[in-house]
Amino acid sequence: MNSGLLDIYRQKVLDHSRNPHNMRQPARADRQVTGFNPLCGDKLTVFLTLEGNIIKDVAFDGSGCAISLAAASMMTDALQGQSVDRAGELIQEVHAMFGEGAVPHDRRLADMRALENVRDYPSRIKCATLPWTAVQAALDDSGKQVSTE
Amino acid sequence: MNALSHTSKPDAARLALDVERVRVDFPILHQQVHGCPLAFLDNAASAQRPRQVTEAISHYYHHDHANVHRGVHTLSHRATDAYEGAREKVRGFINAASTSEIVFTRGTTESINLVAATLGQSVRPGDEILITHLEHHSNIVPWKLLCERTGAVLRVAPIDADGAVRLDELQQMIGPRTRLVAVAHVSNALGTVNPVKRIVEWAHAADVPVLLDGAQATLHAAVDVRELDCEFYAFSGHKMCGPTGIGVLYGKQHWLEKLPPWQGGGEMILSVSFAETVYNKLPYKFEAGTPNIAGAIGLGAAIDYLSEIGLANIAAYESRLLGYMTDRLAAIDGLRLIGTAEVKAGVQSFVIDGIHPHDLGTVLDHKGVAIRTGHHCAMPVMEFFGVAGTARASLAFYNTQSEIDQLIDALQVAREILS
Ligand SMILES: Cc1ncc(COP(=O)(O)O)c(C=O)c1O
Repeated sequence: MNSGLLDIYRQKVLDHSRNPHNMRQPARADRQVTGFNPLCGDKLTVFLTLEGNIIKDVAFDGSGCAISLAAASMMTDALQGQSVDRAGELIQEVHAMFGEGAVPHDRRLADMRALENVRDYPSRIKCATLPWTAVQAALDDSGKQVSTE
Repeated sequence: MNALSHTSKPDAARLALDVERVRVDFPILHQQVHGCPLAFLDNAASAQRPRQVTEAISHYYHHDHANVHRGVHTLSHRATDAYEGAREKVRGFINAASTSEIVFTRGTTESINLVAATLGQSVRPGDEILITHLEHHSNIVPWKLLCERTGAVLRVAPIDADGAVRLDELQQMIGPRTRLVAVAHVSNALGTVNPVKRIVEWAHAADVPVLLDGAQATLHAAVDVRELDCEFYAFSGHKMCGPTGIGVLYGKQHWLEKLPPWQGGGEMILSVSFAETVYNKLPYKFEAGTPNIAGAIGLGAAIDYLSEIGLANIAAYESRLLGYMTDRLAAIDGLRLIGTAEVKAGVQSFVIDGIHPHDLGTVLDHKGVAIRTGHHCAMPVMEFFGVAGTARASLAFYNTQSEIDQLIDALQVAREILS
């Protein structure tokens, strides 16, 4: 790979996007929200199964670019088995990472750090946040669709 | 005849365009992006401006600006002369019969909305507006809104696997309830050149007026509205080296006379009292408020510029360049061309197996190559081809073969990184 040239397509990002984790449609899920990026037409649906206050399963399906697929894959890894409150904190950390450039300290977001340079590509930040915005909406139970715009 | 014609191919003027000389006029082209020379291949979204256009605009602002049609003082006269002079240039450019047929608008979108809003006032439930599957959203949504308002029906002529309109079907869809046929001259997503003269003939045989969306046509070849015989022709300044925020609606005089006014305000009236308003004559009836004077002057300068190079020369040069680009793209493994109609202008869309267009766009940007990725405001076209979006390289007469080579090399890099 052409190192330095394109620091947003790091190996870790490509690994996730080529073989995304938890990319499946569960037979049943408590909640499901489709995140839509009208700019590029990308659509990712996040499926959430809760047990009390705990995320028992989080999965996703759909189509997207390497950045949004990698972010979705990393998101499912990070939130699997976490409490709803903790998930909220992680989501905030991710938004702070792309918003203010804050480095996420939580080790559940270690992979996400491979996407930190997406910040230098304003048109691509929404690709990385799409699955996180969708899972937030699923946790809030605030609707069936969210849009990045 | 020109490159948008279905009856003859240009070749006489093949070597008449000196691209290196032309490029000197475009300061923006001479820069590095991410350390690579810029290869600007996103001209269908908006073309670049030559110095002559920006200089005409600043000259106007530095020497002649005042409001038009209003003052007795010298600057107002000069501004009015320059503004009306631009209208005359537009008239000549598309060979309209009279300047009263040239309405300045904000762009293609506004031109189409003007017709939808005014002609729309006499549309009845069950009437039909006929468009095609390859239209830009701005030639879909105004008609959709009109149909929702009036109970009219939007009918859509299908396209084939090459991205050409299925003409037999289109012809059959023109019927007794058809109130208007609205068709792109050139498709922005596919590059397809529609045989609009024939479409106009079919529509006229049924007494139906035709609006042509010329947004993607005017940069690439000469347009002659009297030869096409269309009732309306809409285009944008910024897609033909002119400024943003200025566009044109051409309308046949008797049609523009028949239509009710659109926006109300200054300029479009002759006299106003609370009891009665007398509307101004054409084209001012449709130009409410202070117009985009500098924009019109800039568009006039763009027309001068294009005319001096010669639209025939531009068409010949571009069709050769498009052929070269399409051949080189087609030779890439796993690349699928989208839009392979027989007559095309300016544009080649494509997808590469396993690589999302946006990732492609980002890698290309890193190599200095600007292309457009996404749905190109033509979601129905994307749906037809079963893709969420495409990558689209689009040309202007100032592009070079070596920029296309740069595109091809960058695509190879993208494949190495991403697939
Ligand atoms: C075919 C076509 N029609 C209409 C438009 C709209 O033009 P504007 O945005 O200048 O109004 C475009 C611009 O992308 C176009 O390509």
